[in-house]
Amino acid sequence: MSALRIYVPGDAAAVACGADEIAAAIGALAAKRKVDVEIVRNGSRGMHWLEPMLEVTTAKGRIAYGPVGLDDVDSVFAAMLASGGEHELRIGVPEEHPFLKRQTRLTFARCGIVDPRSLDDYRAHGGYQGLMGALKAPHSIVEEVTQSGLRGRGGAGFPTGIKWKTVAETKAAQKYIVCNADEGDSGTFADRMIMEGDPFVLIEGMTIAGIAVGATKGYVYIRSEYPHAIAVMNDAIAAARKGGMLGGSVAGSQFAFDLEVRVGAGAYVCGEETSLLESLEGKRGEVRAKPPLPAHQGLFGLPTVINNVLSFAAVPIILEKGAAFYKHFGMGRSRGTMPIQLAGNIKYAGLYETAFGVTLGELVDDIGGGTASGRPVRAVQVGGPLGAYFPRALFDTPFDYEAFAKRDGLIGHGGVVVFDDTVDMAKQARFAMEFCAVESCGKCTPCRIGSARGVETVDKIRRGEAREQNVTVLKDLCNTMKFGSLCALGGFTPYPVMSALTHFPEDFGMTPRLQAAE
Amino acid sequence: MDEKALWNAEAAAELIAAHKGRDGALLPILQELQETFGHIPDAAVPLVAETLNLSRAEVHGVVTFYHDFRKKPAGRHILKLCRAEACQSRGGDALADRAEQKLGVKFGETSADGRITLESVYCLGLCSVSPSATIDGRIVARLDDKKLDALIAETGR
Repeated sequence: MSALRIYVPGDAAAVACGADEIAAAIGALAAKRKVDVEIVRNGSRGMHWLEPMLEVTTAKGRIAYGPVGLDDVDSVFAAMLASGGEHELRIGVPEEHPFLKRQTRLTFARCGIVDPRSLDDYRAHGGYQGLMGALKAPHSIVEEVTQSGLRGRGGAGFPTGIKWKTVAETKAAQKYIVCNADEGDSGTFADRMIMEGDPFVLIEGMTIAGIAVGATKGYVYIRSEYPHAIAVMNDAIAAARKGGMLGGSVAGSQFAFDLEVRVGAGAYVCGEETSLLESLEGKRGEVRAKPPLPAHQGLFGLPTVINNVLSFAAVPIILEKGAAFYKHFGMGRSRGTMPIQLAGNIKYAGLYETAFGVTLGELVDDIGGGTASGRPVRAVQVGGPLGAYFPRALFDTPFDYEAFAKRDGLIGHGGVVVFDDTVDMAKQARFAMEFCAVESCGKCTPCRIGSARGVETVDKIRRGEAREQNVTVLKDLCNTMKFGSLCALGGFTPYPVMSALTHFPEDFGMTPRLQAAE
Repeated sequence: MDEKALWNAEAAAELIAAHKGRDGALLPILQELQETFGHIPDAAVPLVAETLNLSRAEVHGVVTFYHDFRKKPAGRHILKLCRAEACQSRGGDALADRAEQKLGVKFGETSADGRITLESVYCLGLCSVSPSATIDGRIVARLDDKKLDALIAETGR
């Protein structure tokens, strides 16, 4: 009889909830009972309120249990032995769970399913089909990516194909592919999940980019706060190299491409692309003025494609199934799917990948189930620390780059952080300014000085000191930062501040605005 | 916690030399120095500068730019609490106050007995299972008063 295959996620969210201890306990239990068990450390399916969520392979498919605590290991193991038998923590077939069933998983198709360190498993689940297609027609890669409508998933939403085209058309002896895996936004973890759960999809996407633009070397810049992602990426790169998918001849073709992981050092601003390039070069992570664009003069002054993890990870399926398939999903100019991250005070927190167009209200109330605390939802910050706070009144906003921009917000990297009615929005506005002050690279004045003055001004407003005048000062500061900063750190910090002030004036001691009669 | 080696200029020079010729070598060198010795003492700066043909000011500038690098040794244990929005939404601020009170130090400080350093971190990517923290690099989520107290007690053993 073959070994009983048990999945215990190695994803950091599961590990932080005790998955390592549970994996060890199951191993010990199996040894004691002399049961032949194979423990796979998969990624997470993204239903994080159920983590650690264990799965067992049965004749009827995989059966999940969760959230499993150390005290539950004995009884869950017994249920697993009874070919996925009953247990109070039994979830059943994961794909049948409404949270997963309603999603459209293109980028996250394999995450949580495969063994992230196994190249064979990746191939067995459809991996490297995109690269095979790309190798057959290398000159049409850029056109395919352009036609798909894919836009940068890091936050700026710039068309990926156009960026690639610029690099492809720039002549140079050496070009680079750089992956921005400096996922520093609070409320986001999709990059981490891909790197920990399906790293080969990122490797494949970057390899395709290299072939498309004529680059032979790539870097994955991962933040130091992600040690698990760093470990899995390094193992996967080594496995890809060993399997002939990276190196002097990618998959036996005439194309060479290799990858290296570089680790950040705790600077939020290095998530900004030019600051990241400076950091990769071994310098202070200070933002560069643009132009020149990284596509012309990027890493070490050479033409460079720099994209977010999710942008690269979307590429293999576009090359596999075609631009039309990908473009078919979404709304307006936001094509394809977005891995949305439900975080903070929300009942069903986790990763929800869906076509653009879902409304904020559906995400928070319907899919997310409201707050975890059971209190009313008061504010939702979308797009990380530089994203706007949305009140309930704007819950009809569809998840779409332009729709959010129209309401003075941004979707950023797709993080959704929910707050209940105990939140003090003036305090949140102060935090936004404080965070900017702590993380500012210091190169431009509006960001460096504006944020420090911003903290002081919010403090004065909260103390009730010349309130009206200081609100005017705060608005003026925000205006200067928005239009005078070099990058999005200083430029977007006004979003959380101004949205808090506009939608929740009562928290600043101001008169609430009249509700529009509808 | 893992033991760190005492500063040794020869060992440091050897470590630095191993990275020579690598593109953008400065960050990997500084990271390995800190990993080995627990901090980056001033004495390391001229060594690195000479090997990479940089000025001491340039190396100093990089060491001081990044939050990860420390110029003085930390306590025997390092507790990092996430202070970002997703953790705030689940009571992170109250936990931060509690940690300061229990340890008798402010964020960024080390307890007088050298037992523990308390630091802020802005996001561990555990925003769906917040609030979160790390203790000597080990990640812990769904933190509450009880769990925080247990982490602090652990460092006293």
